[in-house]
Amino acid sequence: MSVNTTDRLGARAPSRSEVRRRGRGVSHARTGYLFVAPFMLVFLGLLVLPLAYAAYLSLFQERLIGGTVFAGLDNYTRALTDPRLLGGMGRVALFFLIQVPIMLAIGLLAALAIDSGLLRAAKTFRLGIFLPYAVPSVVATLMWGYLYGQDFGPFAQLAGKLSLPAPTFLSSDWMLGSIANIVTWEFTGYNMIILYAALRAVPHDLYEAAAVDGAGAIRTAWSIKIPALRPALLVCLIFSVIGSFQLFNEPQLMQRLAPSVIDSAYTPNLYAYTLAFTGQEVNYAAAVSFLLGAVIVVASYAVLFMSTRRSRS
Amino acid sequence: MFRFQRTSLRRRVALAAALVLSGSLALAACGGGGDDSGGQPAATTVSQADIDKAMSTPTELTFWTWVPNIQKEVDLFQKKYPAIKVKVVNAGQGGPQYTKLRTALKAKAGFPDAVQIEFQYIPTFSITKSLMDLRPYGAETLKDKFVPWTWQQVVGSNGEVWAIPQDSGPMGMLYRKDIFDKHGIAVPKTWDEFAAAARKLHAADPKVYLTNLAQSQAGVWFGLLWQAGVKPFENTGADSVKVDLNGAESKKVADYWSGLIKEGSVSTDADFNDQWYQSLNRGKYATWLTAAWGPVFLEGSAKATSGKWRAAPLPQWDAGKNVSGNWGGSTTAVVQGTKNPIAAAKLAEFINTDPESTKMFATQQFLFPVTKSLLADTSFVDRPLPFYGGQTVNKLFAGISDTVDTEFEWPPFLDQAYSDWGETVGKSFANKTDTSAALDQWQDRTTKYAENQGFKVEQ
Repeated sequence: MSVNTTDRLGARAPSRSEVRRRGRGVSHARTGYLFVAPFMLVFLGLLVLPLAYAAYLSLFQERLIGGTVFAGLDNYTRALTDPRLLGGMGRVALFFLIQVPIMLAIGLLAALAIDSGLLRAAKTFRLGIFLPYAVPSVVATLMWGYLYGQDFGPFAQLAGKLSLPAPTFLSSDWMLGSIANIVTWEFTGYNMIILYAALRAVPHDLYEAAAVDGAGAIRTAWSIKIPALRPALLVCLIFSVIGSFQLFNEPQLMQRLAPSVIDSAYTPNLYAYTLAFTGQEVNYAAAVSFLLGAVIVVASYAVLFMSTRRSRS
Repeated sequence: MFRFQRTSLRRRVALAAALVLSGSLALAACGGGGDDSGGQPAATTVSQADIDKAMSTPTELTFWTWVPNIQKEVDLFQKKYPAIKVKVVNAGQGGPQYTKLRTALKAKAGFPDAVQIEFQYIPTFSITKSLMDLRPYGAETLKDKFVPWTWQQVVGSNGEVWAIPQDSGPMGMLYRKDIFDKHGIAVPKTWDEFAAAARKLHAADPKVYLTNLAQSQAGVWFGLLWQAGVKPFENTGADSVKVDLNGAESKKVADYWSGLIKEGSVSTDADFNDQWYQSLNRGKYATWLTAAWGPVFLEGSAKATSGKWRAAPLPQWDAGKNVSGNWGGSTTAVVQGTKNPIAAAKLAEFINTDPESTKMFATQQFLFPVTKSLLADTSFVDRPLPFYGGQTVNKLFAGISDTVDTEFEWPPFLDQAYSDWGETVGKSFANKTDTSAALDQWQDRTTKYAENQGFKVEQ
């Protein structure tokens, strides 16, 4: 730095009182807006506007013959009594109730195991569990679809060698479980990473205090680590609510293998997609999407509400 | 996917496109409530002077098509008309391309000048006024070059010419000669013989099925209905359609197949997935009821079985008769709203009628021809195919092409009809439930959909 620059800076630098007088709030706020602007633009353009447009669309009915007419809330009343949509909602709710606890439990155990420091090759283990998350869900589903294959899949062949009937992973009884297995395989590692990161942030004094009190590894995990993980678990849970209710890729790809099991209304998202792109019922699809969004908001809020109440009590 | 996919590569392309579209709630970003753009231009003929002027004015055309290496045919066109530059875009095969086209048309931006449309989708796009009538550009004079039923497929109810045919899929039967020989089965000539053979084969070897009727393949079902003389849809007016999916003839075909499926002599695996490819390679199915594009497709996907296959016509409902149906086939259409209708129409005309170009389609991309001249060309039909033990398969299918009924029509809402078929009739096959009731359900769902879309539906 040259002397010259320092001089100039010195000459320009306002005194502290000056800063206070100009109002730190205003000038900082302006800069703040500037920083937030790119996000706000993207947010408006890619989220708010499309949502508003979809809301607008959902109020009309466009038909192949007769063009577009204003339908008011007709699409919504139709959706609320549509057995195919309600069936799909019920299915994803069931999926959420069974798959998510299993996935979070495995993720939590894995995170605690790595954090305990007792594992050998912890890094390899961590990577191994996380790796499926790096596989795109489409690829994962294709892979599992092959494994599930009723004639030539490895499980079927193994069963054949043992003279057992081939497992019917793709039948209507098993399909939801088969999809749950794929989703668990994919996302356990993701949840594990969130939980593990949260564990690393737990202050070490707590562990020391526990050790002084004579707590073993399991007691420490139960009484210190898991309570400390509550906010992180909540994040995982909210993501899972959203993921479950938006289930789309897995059922859509499994549809190729078992089209008679997975129909176009298997999940609400698949139904909305089919309505828009197969039936050209864009308006009704918009209404269905909005209702799905509303269900997700309500479910997320319910999860949040219950967990905060529990933590207070 | 309920549409046939010809190569696994393109299957992947379609899959990738589906993936792009699958972003949850992505609906919000597309679609639109706008009105349909304009009406039909009056069908006044464009003068030769106008055509000459348009073809010598520097122009850039966009052409959406999923035919691999179509650039070769397009190059021939550009050589003849150096002023016209054609940009070839692969926007996905079948469904994904149609979805993009609809979206671009709604947005009134980014749509191509010329586009590949399958036969069965022409009414779906002409009803939304998305295609141009090609009569003003002299398309009517091309009629005699084409196999009659293929031409009939592109003609609208008021005589409009919506597209120029490119390839077709008259249906026949590919069979495993080795399996037939091993079990002493003669090539069935009628559906009765076919049923007897199915029972005999499956009893002799429970791991083998005479054929697989895919539970999700509405295209084959329509082809079989077509052969049986069923007219599931008729476009009776601009806003009326006749839907007859569960009539007596239709039930006859359904009863036949559901009978074989229920006794277990015919399988119902979903097709065009890995399991199905493996089944073909490992001899789970002794025949594949398929279209004229099937032989080359099979050659690519069941390499392990080379030399073991032969081709024959479809079995017949009445002994001594010789009729077939069609599965698949494409056209080139011009998109309503293009700024270069003349050049686009001439592109569609040129690539599908120029002798050199059509021959390339037949011999390099293995599209099954729709022009009479090529179907009579000995260098095409007399070519022996080693995969089929040296049989002249093209000749067989060229003969079958003449036996396809001209009168078959498609509804203006084909996606829905296909999808509903899979969820009613196809499902009844897979679950071995009452197919007749499923036909009634299919009729009911399709009718309700059509009425909901504003059509007057005759039954």
